[in-house]
Amino acid sequence: MESQSHSSDDTTMIAESVREVRQTFSSGKTREESWRREQLKRLLSLLLEREDDICRALGQDLGKHHVESYRDEVGPLIKSVNYALQGLKKWMAGRKAELPLAAFPASAQLVPEPLGVVLIMSSWNFPFGLCLEPLVGAIAAGNGAVIKPSELSPVSSSVLAELVHAYLDTTAIKIVQGGVSVGEQLLQQKWDKIFFTGGAKVGRVVMTAAARNLTPVALELGGKCPAVVDVLSSSWDQKIAMKRILSAKFGTCAGQACIAIDYILVEKKFSSTLVELLKTAIFSMFGENQKENIARIINKSHFSRLRNLLNEPMVTNSIVHGGWLDEDNLFIEPTLLLDPPVNSGIMSEEIFGPLLPIITLERIEDSIEFINSMPRPLAIYAFTNSEGLKKKLSSRTSSGSIVFNDAIIQYVADSFPFGGVGESGFGRYHGKFSFEVFSHEKVIARRSFLVDFWFRYPPWNDHKLQLFKSAYVFDYLGILLILLGLKKS
Amino acid sequence: MAVGVEEVVKELRSTYTSGKTKTLEWRASQLKAIIRIATHHENEIVEALRSDLKKPELESFVHEICAVLSACKLALKELHRWMKPQKVKTSMTTFPASGEIVPEPLGVVLVISTWNYPFLLSLEPVIGAIAAGNVVVLKPSEVAPATSSVLSKLLGEYMDTTAVKVIEGAVPETTALLEQKWDKIFYTGSGKVGRIILAAAAKHLTPVVLELGGKCPVVVDANINLKVAARRIISGKWGCNSGQTCVSPDYVITTKEYASKLVDVLSAELENFYGKDPLQSKDLSSIINAHHFDRVTKLLDDEKVSGKIVFGGQQDKTNLKIAPTIILDVPDDSLIMNEEIFGPLLPIVTVNKIKESFDVINAKGKPLAAYLFTNDQKLKAEFIGSVSAGGITINDVALHFAEAGLPFGGVGESGMGAYHGKFSFDTFSHKKAVLQRGFGGDVAARYPPYAPWKLQFLKALLRGSILGVLRALLGW
Repeated sequence: MESQSHSSDDTTMIAESVREVRQTFSSGKTREESWRREQLKRLLSLLLEREDDICRALGQDLGKHHVESYRDEVGPLIKSVNYALQGLKKWMAGRKAELPLAAFPASAQLVPEPLGVVLIMSSWNFPFGLCLEPLVGAIAAGNGAVIKPSELSPVSSSVLAELVHAYLDTTAIKIVQGGVSVGEQLLQQKWDKIFFTGGAKVGRVVMTAAARNLTPVALELGGKCPAVVDVLSSSWDQKIAMKRILSAKFGTCAGQACIAIDYILVEKKFSSTLVELLKTAIFSMFGENQKENIARIINKSHFSRLRNLLNEPMVTNSIVHGGWLDEDNLFIEPTLLLDPPVNSGIMSEEIFGPLLPIITLERIEDSIEFINSMPRPLAIYAFTNSEGLKKKLSSRTSSGSIVFNDAIIQYVADSFPFGGVGESGFGRYHGKFSFEVFSHEKVIARRSFLVDFWFRYPPWNDHKLQLFKSAYVFDYLGILLILLGLKKS
Repeated sequence: MAVGVEEVVKELRSTYTSGKTKTLEWRASQLKAIIRIATHHENEIVEALRSDLKKPELESFVHEICAVLSACKLALKELHRWMKPQKVKTSMTTFPASGEIVPEPLGVVLVISTWNYPFLLSLEPVIGAIAAGNVVVLKPSEVAPATSSVLSKLLGEYMDTTAVKVIEGAVPETTALLEQKWDKIFYTGSGKVGRIILAAAAKHLTPVVLELGGKCPVVVDANINLKVAARRIISGKWGCNSGQTCVSPDYVITTKEYASKLVDVLSAELENFYGKDPLQSKDLSSIINAHHFDRVTKLLDDEKVSGKIVFGGQQDKTNLKIAPTIILDVPDDSLIMNEEIFGPLLPIVTVNKIKESFDVINAKGKPLAAYLFTNDQKLKAEFIGSVSAGGITINDVALHFAEAGLPFGGVGESGMGAYHGKFSFDTFSHKKAVLQRGFGGDVAARYPPYAPWKLQFLKALLRGSILGVLRALLGW
């Protein structure tokens, strides 16, 4: 991990790196289908051969279990690369389009082209996934790319740099490591697109910097993703729902995920049953040795942040399960809270941790109003068998996505766009959307010299005006008649 | 004024929250209202455009009114289809599941328009915003005041003003508007202001569409039907608002060998179109105002440029008219070759071999459009492969601009985002992913407590390997 350890502010190094990538892009190399395919295949080898290194790094940075790392990062990446390899030819080919009669004879196509040199900035909770999923799209679309992993997950950042250096074409794909200062310097450069995953505060900084160069951005931010839990009468449904809820909170980076369940909404009459079900399921899922199957909090700063959320007086009183904090090991056990005050910190900020508030409502339909009183989240979850409730929720709330009877799983669904709306961001990726977010869809219209409509040209007169009026409303018969002199202007 | 703007946005947001604008009926009613505006008030609109730009009636009709009408009609026809959720195939990884992508409105959007096609460029985005179910504020350009006023009056009369508002004004009003929180901002205009808009949008994390400009090049090869090519170039340049059009040919590139032929044919056709005294022709728009008149004429101030005029050059400051002017072989570092001209001056740059034109183009910022006249298939393919632009038209000019089936937008310096037709609807929508799962068919391998067999299973599942999944289940 020697040559790529750029943790010092090195403006020259950054400018040089970007210049090299731009030069490579200008040479046309990255536009070739063969280059894109080769890089994707090498990325696949990287993931298949170095799974252990990746999972070890995630274990060191976040205390993630090997299986969790595979399930949430390595596995989905393998799937995404294969999907891109499969779709690449078709995606690159573009599509045909229609032109109006006034352009006859003509044809038109939409041809995707790479944007150029793109910057990918990742967050620390899924350091490999959030760097490499966008990279798959950037490569497939034929761009050069510079990736800045988060400095808060330093082992992963370092391993990522080593692996990219070992497997990929570093004249076109580079990792630049570092903290805030390096990030700022990168933002001074001119990019053809910036793809940012992280919090809204930094998102604003990124977009403001991008404005200077008219650089388009995609922002994958966060929000408070609610899970609406309806009355479930079948014990099977209850069991599955609990597993999915707990896995989507405590089992996914200890709740430190943009699409983790942030809080639960449930009807008062079902709430005590729910709390019991959750407690039972926590025990059976995480057992005695919780630390083995649950990730750590990333650092002391976030640990303190979460502890402060719990320490608000009314909030502490609402804890119904858990609440044990182990600062030395940066571990917080799965914690359930019942009806903390709605204006408390834990209910106003994105929690991003293993604390699960349960808010009770008179009727489950009230969840719609509750959700709408908050900024639009990246995802809304609902566990219910009621088609009516599903319809109401879907049509009356807005979010990046909405998932019924499961959670997090939308992350691995290639045919669904993954992205936010409002405060949860804009732009989307995964599957073909990754290819599109790093492409410009260029219009190509072709005409022949053979037929030229003389009425297109001045000098103008009423006759020509009539012809246009007909042409524009696609009144072909009208055009013919006027041309033949059979219809008066 | 700032307080006024805040109140307006608050009212719009509460209209949006009521859900009224989400219904197909409401959207259709508003689109029909725009059709009534464009059909019953054609004369008023043409007059306003004449007052602002001296735009010939046919240009006003074809480029602005017809375009608005056809956009509305297309939206009315297709709206129910556009609004329909799109079913999505799910794969083995999420099996069993079903899903769709559902379009929803973004909410409260701001459309800031410009002065060269003030009617069209105000209403076309508004049509998209309404079709997608949003509420909208339109800020027309103060540089085309007659049209701004007509828009304010007619939209005020015909549209649902609790959901569609026109706010007239200049920089102070625009600044006040940009301080508000919008769910999308759609801006047509210059790169300079585009940067200001993007920076303002960043404060609220508002997504933005920027329809900007650039220097749209026309490459003219030899061995073509030069007469037809010349007519098309002329109609795309001077026949489109006297070159004050974002997709107008800005400059021409041709070989040294072919240049004089091109100049001859262009000159002849220009005379056919506009007569011997073009300043008198009623078929040419004037320059929008004195500021832009000075800006354009200043481009000729450089004697290295003015000495190369081969056609035209006449000016009438009182009437803000500049005759179609062709300039041959201007130096690459002159102002006229580095700024978007946006006027009736056409520089012709000459190269030794036609392929060198690609380097000339790529040395400048990516334009909104690039044009090539040729019969050489290989040259066409190379042009398409190496020139990046919002859109490319081969053997014609400005065509893709008119077509509702094609996305209209820039790349790089010429902008971001696209619209027209369904792309307008899409640009003002959020496409929400809706994924449905049942409680049957559960994959225990997903959940803690973790174990090696779960790893095997997940590996197979994420690779889509049914055999692997079976093996893992059977413990092999």
